[in-house]
Amino acid sequence: MKNLQAKHRRSLLLNAPHLLWSIIFIVAPLLMVAIYAFRDRSGSWTLDTFRSLFTDKESALNLLFIFRSSLWYALLATAICLLLAYPLAYFMAHAGKRVQRNLMMLITVPMWMNFLICTYSWIAILSERGGLLNLLLARLHLPEQTILYTPKAVVLGMVYNYLPFMILPIYTVLSKLQPSLVEAAQDLGATRWQVLRKITLPLSVPGVISGVTMVFVPSVSTFYISKKLGGNKNQLIGDLIEAKFTTFSDRNGGAALSLILMVMVLLSMVFMRRLSKDDDGAYVAG
Amino acid sequence: MIIDLKNVSVAFDSQAILKDLSLSIRNRDFVTLLGPSGCGKTTTLRIIAGFLEPDAGSVFFDGKCINSLPPYKRQVNTIFQRYALFPHLNVAQNVAFGLKMHKLPKAEIAQHVHDMLRTVNLAGFENRSVASLSGGQQQRVAIARALAVRPRVLLLDEPLGALDLKLRKDMQLELKNIQQQSGITFIYVTHDQEEALSMSDIIVVMDEGEIQQIGTPKDIYDEPQNAFVADFIGESNILDGVMLKDFRVRFAGVAFTCVDKGFAQNEHVDVVIRPEDIDIVPPAEGLLQGTITSSTFKGVHYEFIVDVQGFKWMIQSTDAQTVGDVIGIAIKPEEIHIMRKSRYSGTIGDYSCFSDEFEELSNPNEDTAEDTAETEESP
Repeated sequence: MKNLQAKHRRSLLLNAPHLLWSIIFIVAPLLMVAIYAFRDRSGSWTLDTFRSLFTDKESALNLLFIFRSSLWYALLATAICLLLAYPLAYFMAHAGKRVQRNLMMLITVPMWMNFLICTYSWIAILSERGGLLNLLLARLHLPEQTILYTPKAVVLGMVYNYLPFMILPIYTVLSKLQPSLVEAAQDLGATRWQVLRKITLPLSVPGVISGVTMVFVPSVSTFYISKKLGGNKNQLIGDLIEAKFTTFSDRNGGAALSLILMVMVLLSMVFMRRLSKDDDGAYVAG
Repeated sequence: MIIDLKNVSVAFDSQAILKDLSLSIRNRDFVTLLGPSGCGKTTTLRIIAGFLEPDAGSVFFDGKCINSLPPYKRQVNTIFQRYALFPHLNVAQNVAFGLKMHKLPKAEIAQHVHDMLRTVNLAGFENRSVASLSGGQQQRVAIARALAVRPRVLLLDEPLGALDLKLRKDMQLELKNIQQQSGITFIYVTHDQEEALSMSDIIVVMDEGEIQQIGTPKDIYDEPQNAFVADFIGESNILDGVMLKDFRVRFAGVAFTCVDKGFAQNEHVDVVIRPEDIDIVPPAEGLLQGTITSSTFKGVHYEFIVDVQGFKWMIQSTDAQTVGDVIGIAIKPEEIHIMRKSRYSGTIGDYSCFSDEFEELSNPNEDTAEDTAETEESP
């Protein structure tokens, strides 16, 4: 008994730094968000902050519109990422060791750069006058494109920034897939296409799920990408929260919106979990 | 002949794995490819399955060349070393996989899966996940899955390697039964000579990408063609000898009567004597005398290492002996087997550095060399 207590105390001691870190930087801020959301400027408890978001019809509609476009852009970006990432990850997992290493480099290099700089670079590429893209199109005698400050640019920014987070988990799962499973399927009469549909795709679901989560969650809450590439017309929920805190110095309103967004994200993560739980994720070869 | 390999060669990274290999396999035979790690036996199997195309030579199935026929079009199925069951499917779905690929009607699939699972004693396991099964049960699912599509030839790649000894013996009998009842040609890969001897109709002994001998288990054991085969199948004392004339051979400095003939006069030969064929007699009665240097009790018999003029012999006998004793050695003419010299001569067959541990070290379970080759090749 005494031994067990000592053991318990020791593990607590070992965990202390991590616990402390989590409390200060994760639990405390979350609590503060919740506290601010349920208080007014004077500091008394109230639900008015939430109510005020929906009081007049115009602001409620505006808010719903912003939520809808945030969700829509995030879903679109996630879908595009998935469509781009899966074939690439598949190709990588089946390529030679050297090709794999080089591709991995290429995919991770943009992650080493600050994403603000990446986003600014996209402005330089997409801008209507003197942008690299339109210069190139003009050279090729093709019509100029207006992409910057449209939803296209926002989705493009999301895809560009978050694509590696889709590729890497799918690649990891696919490269760990036992080659003998594919051979066994071929052996039993499955064509290439059948092997992909019946074996490779279902077995890579856990990687797809974590990739989707890792792209969707930051996409739905981003504010910088939409602000820089989307202009004023394409405000997302992240922009609105940022504006509440900075422009309007309305901490309570910002906190309330953050809380709504957090609940939304949590719900979608629970949904994802459900999807993958059917298969338990335990079958990943390794 | 159901399968014919003609002058097949394979190399990985300029390292030859199979060298001009030719092999014919009769319909309904139980054929075992036997050899040490890296001898090319698994590569041979992969060529027959269609996972690997030979660099040179041809593969014939029922007389038709199938070199470039993809695996899914071959009437050949494989049982993989680690079973390769589909982890996202349950037992019944695993067994049904091949039938679904062949687009059989649903009712027929269900009936057939049921029958197959009964054949391998897994009735009632239909809805279990394969991860929840023991190694032996997974093995049975793999067998049912492969047999469900009614292949003409079943390839088995060290299928019992992961099972414990007792289970392995049971499965050996069961596999042999299944083979005889189904009438399917089995091509079985193993490095376990005991397994090969007890199950096969025909054994193909391989080493370094070449076939060393093809024959029935009895042929291979009693009439090994070279020192490698003699050493790999069972225990062997292999001595350097000279044929004095027909039926007369000299080794260990003494002339013996034997039953072999047809060698040139004074031709140098390898002489094989199995440890269980040697009689221990009082020193005066033996043609050779030796000192017992070690004695190991093996259950049915004792195993002695005996020093005869510096050459270490292995002798098996049911009577106990004391280490240090001098004994006489008597060998009957029919127990002496003469082989022509080969490139293996002189490299094996002496027990001077013998120990059980050493034996295990030189006989690892994994086909490491071949495994690496496979990984390179996988799609």
